[in-house]
Amino acid sequence: MSQSALDSDLRDLYQDLILDHGKHPRNFRVLPQANREALGHNPLCGDRLTLYLTVGADGIIKDAAFQGSGCAISVASASMMTEMLKGRTIEEAQKLFAYLHASCTGLEADAAVIAEDDRGRLQALAGVRHYPMRVKCATLAWHTLQAALKNEQKVSTE
Amino acid sequence: MSKIEPASPVCYATEDELFACSAPREFDVAHYRKDFPILAQQIHGHPLVYLDSAASAQKPRQVIEAMTRFMENDYANIHRGVHELSLRATDAYEAARETVRRFLNAGRMEEITFTRNATEAINLVAASWGRKNLKTGDEILITALEHHANIVPWQMLREEIGITLRVVPVTPEGDVRIEDVKAALSPKTKLVATAHISNALGTILPIKEIIALAHETGALALIDGAQAVSHMQTDVRDLDADFYVFSGHKLYGPAGIGVLYGKFDVLKEMPPYQTGGDMIASVTFGKTTFKEPPHRFEAGTPAITEAVGLAAAIDYVSTIGLNRIARHEAELLAYATDKLRHINSLKIIGTAAQKAGVISFTMEGAHPHDIGTVLDRHGIAIRAGHHCAQPLMEHLGLTATARASFGLYNTKDEIDILAAALEKTREIFA
Repeated sequence: MSQSALDSDLRDLYQDLILDHGKHPRNFRVLPQANREALGHNPLCGDRLTLYLTVGADGIIKDAAFQGSGCAISVASASMMTEMLKGRTIEEAQKLFAYLHASCTGLEADAAVIAEDDRGRLQALAGVRHYPMRVKCATLAWHTLQAALKNEQKVSTE
Repeated sequence: MSKIEPASPVCYATEDELFACSAPREFDVAHYRKDFPILAQQIHGHPLVYLDSAASAQKPRQVIEAMTRFMENDYANIHRGVHELSLRATDAYEAARETVRRFLNAGRMEEITFTRNATEAINLVAASWGRKNLKTGDEILITALEHHANIVPWQMLREEIGITLRVVPVTPEGDVRIEDVKAALSPKTKLVATAHISNALGTILPIKEIIALAHETGALALIDGAQAVSHMQTDVRDLDADFYVFSGHKLYGPAGIGVLYGKFDVLKEMPPYQTGGDMIASVTFGKTTFKEPPHRFEAGTPAITEAVGLAAAIDYVSTIGLNRIARHEAELLAYATDKLRHINSLKIIGTAAQKAGVISFTMEGAHPHDIGTVLDRHGIAIRAGHHCAQPLMEHLGLTATARASFGLYNTKDEIDILAAALEKTREIFA
């Protein structure tokens, strides 16, 4: 593989958006008023994050934040997810998860169900689909979201 | 089988004997590389640079062919049949045991028990020796740099018997200091279980001194040699180890075969680990009498072909000469340490004075898994993670490191490729 082909191959995974969020994660803090919380852990690589959500009585996610440590992909995924969740209903959050999960695992994602802006961001994360060992890095935060919404305390993506 | 001491066809070169050896003086790595078919391939369009031998070493043609030949010509179950093939297979299996005995310089081949791997060998000692000899309040001493395989079996005994597990600390450089071992020993210490070489950091531990200290206290010593036997000549009698364990697959042999060396006087007092066929002297429904070691500990049909493969691997490294391999790897380590030290934002983890061919490192801004992915796309195989040594990682304040480890087939050119790819990694995550 030539150097430029190598670069473009790696850049498919490490896009600017991912690198930026990996380096400067947004909403990287504890939410003291959170009413949903879950711990996500990948024992295989040691990635670990705690997700905090404030969900209103109307089922709308008012605030989302996280803390923890992990690789660029898992931190970027958590960071981008918390940005996307704010102001969404639980149902909308589930649609984002379904879309990401499908596109990361190479399944046909139903593009109609989410907005184009969301699609662009989730597609950046879906660069992992050519790196089977890294899919769990991209989905850890999202599995943790599932646990938080179900009020489970801990999720593991081994 | 009787004890035999055949004239060795293999040259075990020591420093002084080197000139008496027929092997070439120069370490011809290009020549040895040709023995490893797997190395001649491209990964993601780049020549494979295999720097993960500490996880598992690649296999030379000599091992692959010995196993194939055995299965094509001599395979049958052992210690059972009266037929020709069973006889040949039994001879090959027991000859492999003799090869291991000679390799470790054990006193007698009954001291060599075949297991699945080093992990099973430690579990055997814990389950058999541990349950029989330990009681509540007894202590087992390990170090902070142990592999999980040399931690968890003892924790199981702690749950079961109520023993205490004491841990000798590791310095920030990754050294285990003799004075810290002394301080942790007590009359309650019944076993000192320690790695010979740290899989995560490459530290070579002063095990001869540690074993002597254990014996002064009245404790036995178990050495986890999984990382050591491929990098240095091991002499269990010189070390005076009571138990010494290793895995075949890190010694250029097949996976599925490992070794427990134990002093015969200790082994003969130990009850069986697993029970079944091939390990009994007689069975009636009233009473079963067990065979003597090592057969007492080898219940069921063992990994026969793998034992043959392990013997071929031992012959292979012995023909090259472990001292020569050690010297080659020491050169690679010095070269790589110097190269990596000059990469900005890279930090080498583990700088013990005595090290084997392992370099663990971190890079500012780049998680080890991201480093691993970028290197993989350059055709370079390294390990990223906690190396099954989570307590050590925690001790050092890390969650993971990237680790490059060397085998006899690695070259300085490959280290140059690694260094260049690490510069590239740094650019991506800067």
